[in-house]
Amino acid sequence: MAELGLTPYLCLGAFLFCCGLLCIATKRNAIGILMGVELVLNAANVNFVACARYVPQFALEGQVFALLVIVLAAGEAAVALAIILNFYNNHSTVDVDKADELKG
Amino acid sequence: MNLDVVLFTAIASTTALSALMVVFSRNIVRSALWLLFTLIGVSLLYFLLGAEFVGATQLIVYVGGTMVLVVFGVMLTAQQQFLKIRIRPQEWMVASVLAGSLFVLLVTTSFHLGEGKTSPPTEPMPGTGPLGVGFLTKYLLPFEIISVHLLVVLIGAAYLARAKRRPGGNRG
Repeated sequence: MAELGLTPYLCLGAFLFCCGLLCIATKRNAIGILMGVELVLNAANVNFVACARYVPQFALEGQVFALLVIVLAAGEAAVALAIILNFYNNHSTVDVDKADELKG
Repeated sequence: MNLDVVLFTAIASTTALSALMVVFSRNIVRSALWLLFTLIGVSLLYFLLGAEFVGATQLIVYVGGTMVLVVFGVMLTAQQQFLKIRIRPQEWMVASVLAGSLFVLLVTTSFHLGEGKTSPPTEPMPGTGPLGVGFLTKYLLPFEIISVHLLVVLIGAAYLARAKRRPGGNRG
């Protein structure tokens, strides 16, 4: 491999995405799940920026949407942590398996 | 082997290893620490790709802001019984099989998408100037929407997380 192509970046994005998915699926701590969501968003961002680099038509668009995703992730983390803290104050736990009050 | 390949290999393997450790750490505090390394690695990748502004934003907003939020969340809810919540082995199995098959699918797609794009174009990525002009002309509507969205989200978060006085208790 003499030259660095688009494929390694996409593969790294896929790996981060799968790690995030595994994190969401296996963690029971609500903050652990939030970390998994952050990993998934970062995977999407890696793909955006890599495509911005390698596809000339997307040079601006890829960066613009990567920045929008970063802002959305910050907002998402703030709201999710507020909800988790509220849940912790009311139930004294962060185990998502205990959050089943709406279960039918 | 040129410098780009060496740098990419080093940064990407560090990032991937940290992401794995986020998943496999039992202790939530260690997970947060590994997530910090993952985010820094991703921002280094942005610098390697030539997107300096996105890399700097990733460092400032994610590593400086979001990670501090997450660490505060961990600290505020850290009690010994929640630090290491165990899960059953069969849940691990199902999740690993699903994630592994999805990874294989995505990698196959990546090889199709990456065909013919073996070397980056010679002209540099648009920097801060074109990005700023783009945000204020072509992408003005998404920019405004996300600004209002951020305001609403932060007010909502402050409202949700405010200290409540309960009768008969001294907890905030």
